[in-house]
Amino acid sequence: MILKNKEIDLAADAVKIEEETAAVEMAGVNVFYGGFQAIKDANIKFSRHKITAIIGPSGCGKSTVLRSINRMNELYPGCRTEGEVIFQGYNIYGSDVDPVKVRSRIGMVFQKPNPFPKSIYENIAWGARINGLRGDMDELVERTLRQAALWDEVKDKLHQNALMLSGGQQQRLCIARAIATGPEVVLMDEPASALDPIATYKIEDLMEELAKKYTIIIVTHNMQQAARVSDYTAFFMVDENRTGYLVEFGKTKEIYTTPKDKKTEEYISGKFG
Amino acid sequence: MTALPPLQFEENLSGRHRKSLIMRFVFQASTIIGIIALTALLYNIITESFGFVAVENERDPDALIGGGAPLQEAGKDALAAVLREHVSEGLIRRLDAERPLVDRSRQELYDLVVERVVNPRVVGSWTLAESLFEKRKILLTMSEEFPGARLVFRSWLRPELISKPQSSVPERAGVRTAILGSLWVIFITVIISFPVGVGAAIYLEEYARDNLLNRVIQTNIYNLAGIPSIIYGMLGLAIFVRALEPLTSGSLLGLADSSTANGRTILSAGLTLALLVLPIIIINAQEAIRSVPQSLRHSSYGVGATKWQTVWHHVLPASFDRVLTGTILAISRAIGETAPLVVIGASTFVTLDPKSVFSKFTTLPIQIYQLTARPQAEFRNAAAAAIVVLLVLLLTLNASAVLLRNRYSKKKRML
Repeated sequence: MILKNKEIDLAADAVKIEEETAAVEMAGVNVFYGGFQAIKDANIKFSRHKITAIIGPSGCGKSTVLRSINRMNELYPGCRTEGEVIFQGYNIYGSDVDPVKVRSRIGMVFQKPNPFPKSIYENIAWGARINGLRGDMDELVERTLRQAALWDEVKDKLHQNALMLSGGQQQRLCIARAIATGPEVVLMDEPASALDPIATYKIEDLMEELAKKYTIIIVTHNMQQAARVSDYTAFFMVDENRTGYLVEFGKTKEIYTTPKDKKTEEYISGKFG
Repeated sequence: MTALPPLQFEENLSGRHRKSLIMRFVFQASTIIGIIALTALLYNIITESFGFVAVENERDPDALIGGGAPLQEAGKDALAAVLREHVSEGLIRRLDAERPLVDRSRQELYDLVVERVVNPRVVGSWTLAESLFEKRKILLTMSEEFPGARLVFRSWLRPELISKPQSSVPERAGVRTAILGSLWVIFITVIISFPVGVGAAIYLEEYARDNLLNRVIQTNIYNLAGIPSIIYGMLGLAIFVRALEPLTSGSLLGLADSSTANGRTILSAGLTLALLVLPIIIINAQEAIRSVPQSLRHSSYGVGATKWQTVWHHVLPASFDRVLTGTILAISRAIGETAPLVVIGASTFVTLDPKSVFSKFTTLPIQIYQLTARPQAEFRNAAAAAIVVLLVLLLTLNASAVLLRNRYSKKKRML
């Protein structure tokens, strides 16, 4: 098992946990697709400016959990979410909350790179513009692309179509697009699964950098990746009704070294999944 | 554990190749049949549009002016004198009332003399094929049947066909009013059916929930696309011509055309054809919108776009070339549509250009139908030429739409 080579002062860390406030908190979240329950009673506190990985076997509803955090689930026909997701002190499923606002504050990066079929510049600027950004758009584009470690590669071709970029570049552009609207939380749904190892490495590197400013929640089926990049890990499993549920949540280091649940241990040691 | 029997392959490669060769010929044959049918159609139209005609003058043009001077060289006064000599006083008064003879130009007077006095009439006509390959036979017939006639090679597809209104005399028959009528009607059809059709498609694809009501609506649209066009004619007659007569005749707005005085107007025809093509446009636009990948919508919603921003900035631009293609196909159908217009009462004989959407109208297909139904054989030549005009009109409209679409999809690829 490849563990993240981070020197952690355990004692200092224990104090920090108390100080850490949750950026997003899921409380009793149930998700249904029509009559089928996809997620049962998920309770997770996602720490601010940390990377939390959601892992689990195929079909356990990792992506569904992720999408419930910024109400993207509503775009799927027949999908219904119960429970609360607390963000900035509000339940985002409250009747007075606008999902459009939620999605501009909680950005999302998808499994397959899906830049807009527009110019690189427009990919960044469009989201900011529709969200009513006033100010220097050129500056925003440059700053965002720099944050996404893409500026040097694209600064000479900002007005070319984004689809001409390589897959890894496209995905970093999508990350840049997600942070251009100034979110607090960035959700990533298997962001590197369609990429080659070098592009994957760049994305992982970028995530660590971004965690200084943003809270990152990542779904991955790659356990090594979760171990490498994340601070916290949530392990989901699927029961006999194919309903996903949270088995264990904790510091990544603890989950990988001293899992409390037997299923977690079996999964991370590669016995199934 | 018993061993499985070894797999037996009977390859029969030559048989499989033979079969694919046969299928290749079958498909080739279907293509060839299509090409033959198309060629036959074009041959028929072309051969009817050109050919020899036997022309007989009622009066010899060169004998009209004293001294045997040719008519072409006669002066304005001489032409006026010829007119007064040979035409009834009633007609002269009518012509004077339109515009006094003295005010008319020499060319106008010459045309009048040719039309009213010389009065050349086509007494016999031959197709292009006959003209090319059986000239001897034609000359024989000429000398036997029309000894006084001249043999002239005529293209029925001539500028006058487009510039002249309808006439009861085949050699003067034009389709100008029909072309204008078709253009007016199609204009109304496009401006109504395109926005409404695309709007409905956007609603059904992007906004409508998947419930019973919307499924019923969707099924109905599919069925409406297959309803015979004449039924739409009945609908148009009941709604636009009769029920909404004050509106479609223009009398509500005080714009009624004095020659119309009822609902059988360009507006009624355009609205009826708009209804006819609406389901086709909706279905095609829906297919186009559905073909936009879901991931594009998600990426738009993901940065906090509203539904409208997603549709306007991403879904429509990504599907617009296909939406246009579907609309072009639907409009092409409307241009050639005849039955519903007959039902709502297209005029069969219109000599005045349509002035507004409240004018009575005729369209090219109706005109062609009328021409073929006339007893004189020469009208069939005029009909063939009119068909060429219709095809050219159709192809021009299609080509311009395709150009527009290509420019659009190119722009999409570039940026």
